[in-house]
Amino acid sequence: MQMLHIVNKSPLDRNALDSAMRMAKPGSTILLIEDGVYAVTKGNKAEGQIKEAMKNCSVCALWPDLEARGMQDTVIDGVKQVDYNGFVDLVAESKSVMSWL
Amino acid sequence: MGFEINGKTYETDEEGYLVNLAEWDEEAAKYLAIEEKVEMTDQHWEVINFLREYYNDYQIAPAVRVLTKAIGKKLGPEKGNSKYLYELFPYGPAKQACKIAGLPKPTGCI
Amino acid sequence: MEEDMSGTVKKFAFINRKAPYGTIYALESLEVVLISAAFDQDVSLVFADDGVYQLKKGQATKAVGMKNFSPTYRALEGYDIEKLYVEKESMEARGLTTDDLIVDVEVLDAAEMAALLEEQDVVLSF
Repeated sequence: MQMLHIVNKSPLDRNALDSAMRMAKPGSTILLIEDGVYAVTKGNKAEGQIKEAMKNCSVCALWPDLEARGMQDTVIDGVKQVDYNGFVDLVAESKSVMSWL
Repeated sequence: MGFEINGKTYETDEEGYLVNLAEWDEEAAKYLAIEEKVEMTDQHWEVINFLREYYNDYQIAPAVRVLTKAIGKKLGPEKGNSKYLYELFPYGPAKQACKIAGLPKPTGCI
Repeated sequence: MEEDMSGTVKKFAFINRKAPYGTIYALESLEVVLISAAFDQDVSLVFADDGVYQLKKGQATKAVGMKNFSPTYRALEGYDIEKLYVEKESMEARGLTTDDLIVDVEVLDAAEMAALLEEQDVVLSF
């Protein structure tokens, strides 16, 4: 599996998601955790960006973080939800990991 | 911690490095050299002055490998080798010479 | 990195995305980079987003009472760390050109940067 890009910042607060999208190679995986999960919720300013990214990248979100924020019912279709074990699997399967702090 | 020479005090850390780079002067260097059991010669001063210049330019104390290479470039290959530098500063040129030069301990110093 | 690294050279990229002084990231990154030089690995430094500001010429920190560590980037060459990359989009968004930077860098656009990152064995973010 190609690289795994992890974003943990809200797209409305910081530019981490924008930068990750810009510098992620097609075929790589983008995982949203912590405040980063707001990006994959319907109506968020980043919705269009996430849909665009899903055309050539796999987009995942950590559901415990979605649930903690009460956002579990508004997740954009096509976003793959993973738990902590799924998170570990993604890291283990990826060639390398980059955290967009 | 620290020491005093002719009424001037110099603050040092727990390993004996000067805390304030700006306090350094030749008297301090001579004192620190005695502490390190290094008898200062012109060759020693040449390295000390080189280190101070390096720090002034780059704001770090160089790792020994980098120091050796840089000295070789500036003062010639007969001085830019670890044998020469270890003869002058037997307990490690970067560590010992940096201390005498009043610089902090080199980053990545082994 | 649980495997034994002795003898094997890996590609390490240090990604710098924060401005200097406001947070400790830039200085910490630089220190780790200098230490990593002792291990003879294939090291690349990437400057993107506000990280580009780390390389801005003319930094003078006397009045804020902090150490100006920007001259240290010029020492990297002596540590055999010669691969410095700046992302074009980030640099342009900040009104900077390579003339504003304290060291020589290679400018890569986002797609080229994506390819560079994908080549790495280890990516360290600061």
